[in-house]
Amino acid sequence: MTLREDSAFTSASAVRVGVLALQGDFREHARVLASLGAGVALVRRPEDLERIDGLVIPGGESSVMDKLAREFGLFEPLRQGIAEGMPVFGTCAGLIMLADRILDGIVGQQTLGGLDITVRRNAFGSQNQSFETDLQIPALGNEPVHAAFIRGPVVESVCERVTPLATLEDGRVVAVEQGALIATSFHPELTGEHRFHEYFLAKVRAGMSRTVRTGVAGTLERAAQDPPV
Amino acid sequence: MYVRVVSPLLMSAGSTSRSTIALMTNASVSGEFGSTRVKRGLAEMLKGGVIMDVVTPEQARIAEDAGAVAVMALERVPADIRAQGGVARMSNPDLIEAIIAEVSIPVMAKARIGHFVEAQVLQALDVDYIDESEVLSPADYVNHIDKWGFTVPFVCGATNLGEALRRINEGAAMIRSKGEAGTGDVSEATKHIRKITGEINALKSMTKDELYVAAKELQAPYDLVAEIAETGKLPVVLFTAGGVATPADAAMMMQLGADGVFVGSGIFKSGDPAKRAAAIVKATTFYDDPSIIADASRGLGEAMVGINVGDLPAPHRLAERGW
Repeated sequence: MTLREDSAFTSASAVRVGVLALQGDFREHARVLASLGAGVALVRRPEDLERIDGLVIPGGESSVMDKLAREFGLFEPLRQGIAEGMPVFGTCAGLIMLADRILDGIVGQQTLGGLDITVRRNAFGSQNQSFETDLQIPALGNEPVHAAFIRGPVVESVCERVTPLATLEDGRVVAVEQGALIATSFHPELTGEHRFHEYFLAKVRAGMSRTVRTGVAGTLERAAQDPPV
Repeated sequence: MYVRVVSPLLMSAGSTSRSTIALMTNASVSGEFGSTRVKRGLAEMLKGGVIMDVVTPEQARIAEDAGAVAVMALERVPADIRAQGGVARMSNPDLIEAIIAEVSIPVMAKARIGHFVEAQVLQALDVDYIDESEVLSPADYVNHIDKWGFTVPFVCGATNLGEALRRINEGAAMIRSKGEAGTGDVSEATKHIRKITGEINALKSMTKDELYVAAKELQAPYDLVAEIAETGKLPVVLFTAGGVATPADAAMMMQLGADGVFVGSGIFKSGDPAKRAAAIVKATTFYDDPSIIADASRGLGEAMVGINVGDLPAPHRLAERGW
């Protein structure tokens, strides 16, 4: 509790971001976030969520992350955090985890949701169809984004509350934003592309200043409601 | 005027121009296919996970449901290859295709060491990773496959850092320590992962003049040796394999520095494969939490019986294949 109170007084740059560390390339995300000056906490258990200002869901196997998140009591606290406006950035498997609807999931696969989109898992086919390409993403500036698609998903449909950030040349949507959530089909954490993480950290800082305005008590109450391990 | 559409599958191995336009369902995308980054990148996505040997589509389904990050499609698990003897080769394409059709997680398959045509066939079958594996009988006792020419990535076994670097120099996009497959005895896996991480640690403290000698002694390219001395890790993902049979085995490999584990015979040669598979997945994620490993280890039924590596006569030690 003391630590949470402290965070309300720290400078806006001293954000603390969790990286979901059940499986996948979470260390690559942690490295990028740390290089941008953020505090980083690996998240494997519900109590790891208590002191974070935002969350990254990395690339990996979405069906495995889903299974472990449910089994180890992370699923509901994560859903709750997303519903309450916690900023989350998901890449590849993270995009799938954040989608309200999923196509081609494994039997019984669930998602945390939050993005009002339908996503198709493994939309390009086998590894032979994995590729790198340059994308124009106006939200991140004129310099194109070099993107690596690795057995990646694609956003098949979006509702009007969702802003598509990037499309392939054939028009398929591969990056989206909705409120405090952003997600990509590709892996900025693997290509030395830091602008998505910077964009996300700006959201996290904006969320922190809101927390300060509305008082820390609400945040403390929410943390206390997280089910025990 | 339409651009000619070429599937990367149709590109010949060794093609210098990898930039192409691929045939996609309903759409097409231009980009660079089969790049080093996407090959190594798939292994990055498998980290913290368990890759399971399966010999039927039914086993592949059990593995996917239990939380495998990928499956290795085989005709026989290493324990049976060992028991039945004879020449072990690439699996029947029908079996590999049936397993690919059954699951949505990545499917790997094994080619014999040096058998570049088996590798071409596996790429044409659209497997997601090729394991150039000592578990099969080598096809070439001098050369490994030139792996740079393929779109599909390769994982190769290694018993020490020099061997790992020679495979990376040939184009391997992922390394697994070899262990001794089909034994259920984790001691060789321990030996090999300790050897590789120990040799990496030794490089980190060396001066530049010492690195030249280290490269000579490791029989590995100087540039790779210097890179590892600088970064303190392999440029590709390092899994461990060969003898992992319990959740505690998997967690030990992770604590010793592996990025993930392959489990071969250990799952489907045990009493309750589905339960053991799920338990090994949990222990791999929570490798540093003994209470979760303890819970995962309860009620799993019989582990595979196994063979002590010390009882294996030298010609039957698979880890000695490859160099």
